[in-house]
Amino acid sequence: MVGGIIGKKIGMTQVFGPNGTVVPVTVIQAGPCVVVQRKTSAKDGYEAVQLGFVEAKTPKRVTKPLRGHFEKTGGGTPPTRLLREFRVTAGDDLPVGTKVLVDLFAENEKIDVIGTTKGRGFAGFIKRHGFGGGRATHGSMFHRAPGSIGQSAFPSRVFPGTKMAGHMGVEQCTVKNLHVFRIDVEKNLLLVRGAVPGPNGGYVVIRKSK
Amino acid sequence: MTQLKPIIAEIENAQLRTVPNFIAGDSVKVHVKIKEGEKERIQIFEGVVIARKHSGVRETITVRKVSFGIGVERIFPIHATVVDKIEVIRRGRVRRAKLYYLRALRGKAARIREKDTRLTGAKGKGAAKTK
Repeated sequence: MVGGIIGKKIGMTQVFGPNGTVVPVTVIQAGPCVVVQRKTSAKDGYEAVQLGFVEAKTPKRVTKPLRGHFEKTGGGTPPTRLLREFRVTAGDDLPVGTKVLVDLFAENEKIDVIGTTKGRGFAGFIKRHGFGGGRATHGSMFHRAPGSIGQSAFPSRVFPGTKMAGHMGVEQCTVKNLHVFRIDVEKNLLLVRGAVPGPNGGYVVIRKSK
Repeated sequence: MTQLKPIIAEIENAQLRTVPNFIAGDSVKVHVKIKEGEKERIQIFEGVVIARKHSGVRETITVRKVSFGIGVERIFPIHATVVDKIEVIRRGRVRRAKLYYLRALRGKAARIREKDTRLTGAKGKGAAKTK
């Protein structure tokens, strides 16, 4: 049994819950995924499966090394754009070509969603670190400055890691313990309560919470 | 990106329910399902629709009534599962889409003239255009 699946964030909407409440959900196109490679501790040093995310659109150009990698599956799976590995236990029987679908999750199950956050470019310290800045009026001459970034003659330098403005976003982010609201095996859809990282159309990895 | 939206639209449209045609100024009875322990009963909230907002599954109405001299307003998502049904009991003749001015008025001043639908016979939005 694979503990996770690859998906694509479709977007957010609202649905009515069982007790009549309005529930905000993120719709994720989860799978279908296919096992492209089975890694074993004997050969690779660890137990895992490599899943490919099958999409309606197959990549037009595939690099030669990747083409070779997919040919090793015996031509069973056409090349996919995205490959991700999931750890499995040694005894699991998951031959190459096995399909992994959303039905591995159940409703109300807790999941983690791993995605890449939206890029904010060069962001100031207020957005990036949540600093307050200064007051706007009443003769204030301190508006959007970070304040002190260190001491004086000693140490005569700014410590590494000091919170300052800089690039923000486009980094991996895991949101833990989200609830599965509904699954649609036919359409490979997963409705997750709440928000998940990344833009609409971005790729995410969904795994069962530990 | 274009193929992302239809999936959302499909999920939203599946939740749409048929609601009668009415606009702000109309008086309605909203039948609300209320769960008390195991039992479920229907409570009716009757009042004037003073606003109709948003579209699709997010559409809501604000219903206002005066209860024991106190103005009470409730906002209902009209496609919500807790709303059993909506009954239109009176068509009002009003000149705006949002009737927030009613909040400042009391008694006789807060009345809404009934719409003359004898000739049109039509209901709701279509009737609003025909004089």
